[in-house]
Amino acid sequence: MKVLVALSGGVDSSVAAALMVEAGHEVAGVTLKLWGGDSDSGCCSVSDVDDARRVAQQLGIDHYVFNFGSDFDRYVVEPYLADHVAGLTPNPCVECNRHIKFDRLLERCDVLGFDRLVTGHHVKLVDTDAGPRLARSADDAKDQSYVLHMIPATDLARCWFPLGEMTKTEVREHAERLGLRTAAKPDSQDVCFITKSAGRSNFMTGRIDLHSADLVDTDGTVVGQTSEVELITIGQRRGLDLGGSGERRYAVNVDVPGRKVTIGTAADLMCSGVLVSNLAWADGPVEGPVQVQVSAHGKAMAGELDGDGHVRWLEPQRRVAPGQAVVFYRHDDVHGDIVLGGGTAAGHLET
Amino acid sequence: MFDPSVVAPTVYLDHAASTPMHADALAAMVEQLGSHGNPSGAHRVARAARHHLEDARDQVASILGMSPHGIIFTSGGTEADNLAISGVVAASGGRPVCGATEHHAVLDPVRHHGGDVVNVTSGGAIDLDHLDSLLDDEVSIVSVMAVNNETGVMADLDAISALVRAKSPQAVLHCDAVQAANWVDLASIAATVDAVSLAGHKFGGPKGAGVLAVREQVVLEPLVRGGGQEHERRSGTQNVAAAVGFAVALAAATSARAEQAPRISALSDRILDAASALAGVRPTVDVATRVPGICHLTTDVESEALLVLLEQHGVMASAASSCASGALQPSHVLMAMGRSLAEASGALRLSMAHASTDADVDHLIGVLGDCLGRLRAGSRADRVMS
Repeated sequence: MKVLVALSGGVDSSVAAALMVEAGHEVAGVTLKLWGGDSDSGCCSVSDVDDARRVAQQLGIDHYVFNFGSDFDRYVVEPYLADHVAGLTPNPCVECNRHIKFDRLLERCDVLGFDRLVTGHHVKLVDTDAGPRLARSADDAKDQSYVLHMIPATDLARCWFPLGEMTKTEVREHAERLGLRTAAKPDSQDVCFITKSAGRSNFMTGRIDLHSADLVDTDGTVVGQTSEVELITIGQRRGLDLGGSGERRYAVNVDVPGRKVTIGTAADLMCSGVLVSNLAWADGPVEGPVQVQVSAHGKAMAGELDGDGHVRWLEPQRRVAPGQAVVFYRHDDVHGDIVLGGGTAAGHLET
Repeated sequence: MFDPSVVAPTVYLDHAASTPMHADALAAMVEQLGSHGNPSGAHRVARAARHHLEDARDQVASILGMSPHGIIFTSGGTEADNLAISGVVAASGGRPVCGATEHHAVLDPVRHHGGDVVNVTSGGAIDLDHLDSLLDDEVSIVSVMAVNNETGVMADLDAISALVRAKSPQAVLHCDAVQAANWVDLASIAATVDAVSLAGHKFGGPKGAGVLAVREQVVLEPLVRGGGQEHERRSGTQNVAAAVGFAVALAAATSARAEQAPRISALSDRILDAASALAGVRPTVDVATRVPGICHLTTDVESEALLVLLEQHGVMASAASSCASGALQPSHVLMAMGRSLAEASGALRLSMAHASTDADVDHLIGVLGDCLGRLRAGSRADRVMS
């Protein structure tokens, strides 16, 4: 097969490419230039592209660079900003995978005559009776099925994820054995277009207006102030200037238009379910008992899904910040946890 | 393993990026690489190296019709351009001025020194009225390229020179002639301006070899200080082999020009005729305004994908210049000419030089239509640019 490997300049995609070469495929690599600004990790800095290019040379494969910067602005960065203005907590990685890697790049793959798009995501592609499905990686801690949940089965049929059966340790060992320069490169973290040093606040400043807001108790008493209500997320505890001591307190509701953040205890944060919109399914809607993941590195929780996108938790859980991806799984003895689909948190169900 | 060269020939149509070395230049260079004398030394071995270096300098000076004292060997065209702009500004102060479609090797130092950028017309020519409005007695250097590296458009150096001499007689007129050597008489360029930049690998010499040629009255502060080589204008032990390769290649390109230019012009006409017959493709500039070696086309597909597809079909071409990461960026040249982002994103540059053949053009014409058709068919409707 003729395969195109998305090489970010990190160790995972390096090894994915190596495995494709070892399997005897016709392999080419591509690095996406997505972001022109500063970046700690991501896939966009000159040295990341250098690393990707060097790995391609070491593997003896062709390497291209595609500039999808304007699509990235349009489909990832601008919605990310707009979501903050609307008081939501977005997952930009989901949008990048949806619009850039598994749409724009897949299209390129097709027109350039490649049979498969390969990435170094830690996720399994399994063959079920109903067609190809995503399942959790063999490395639980590195599983990335959450940020890939919305890829439709028709597109999955054109992809390969060769790292699905490997642990991160095995991936690094493989890279070391091959002497790839990315073998010991640290994992990328967080949002690729925002540097850790400058932070979200600096990134937003100048791009959207940040507003001050009252922090109020559940009974309405003003207990503090924030200068950046757009950056506060439901469930957030750190960075809320409340003074005093005692019980831990959290943002339990964020009202950006009303310039008000409600503060409460862990108990106030609990709810009986989450309302999910923008549902996308691997193969048609699912109802009934599901495992539900509500953040990129969160643990799955048991719930009951109805036909209207309401998930009722089997036990009360913390509120999910609106805007977060909510992903549904069901366990299968052959394949493990299979992705059924998912959507976007749009509110919570009261206890 | 995926190796396109197995399934397709290599048809090289990117000579404006870099062109193969002339056999004579390569041979002369290899011979020099075996010599070890330092041309600044005092003994016989050193003198031998110096002899070869000065032969090369004389050869270049004679082709340009300039004094050998004005020939400064550099690490390439970029250094030559930087030395001209920064060297003049550091020595004389004042303000640099350049055209909007200059190579970044000129544009960036001009901007760095707070200079002015002259607009160009939609055809890529310097807007003489705008240039006129920017010229005054504060301008210390005006830099205009002889031939644009993307579009191939030739500058009207006589008109520009007349304007600069009249409005800013104190200014050094510099010409980046990096793309000109294969097509234009360098002596006539040199006779019109005060300083000329050249790059070896554009006309059959080695990479890493350039020249800034300046008239006697041009005063330069060096970019690189040290042993005082090149008349205190560029310190560092000279790369004798590179200088020799440069000079031999320049002589070869110059003497072959009368024969090569019409030959390449005919090849170029074939490309333009064939391309113009394809839907969605047109020449980017008036073909009469450019050198024969560069065919710049505007297509209605994304050049990034087109270039990969052409490569798969054996054709090595290019679009705009790349940024540091290697990603294509919308060309500042096309944007300065007022072209839309969509037009700039569909650019295709096919460039030729002495090594180009009829077979290269046959092959290109055989695959270009298919590549364009495949991209149009495979792209979603909203991504086919109009």
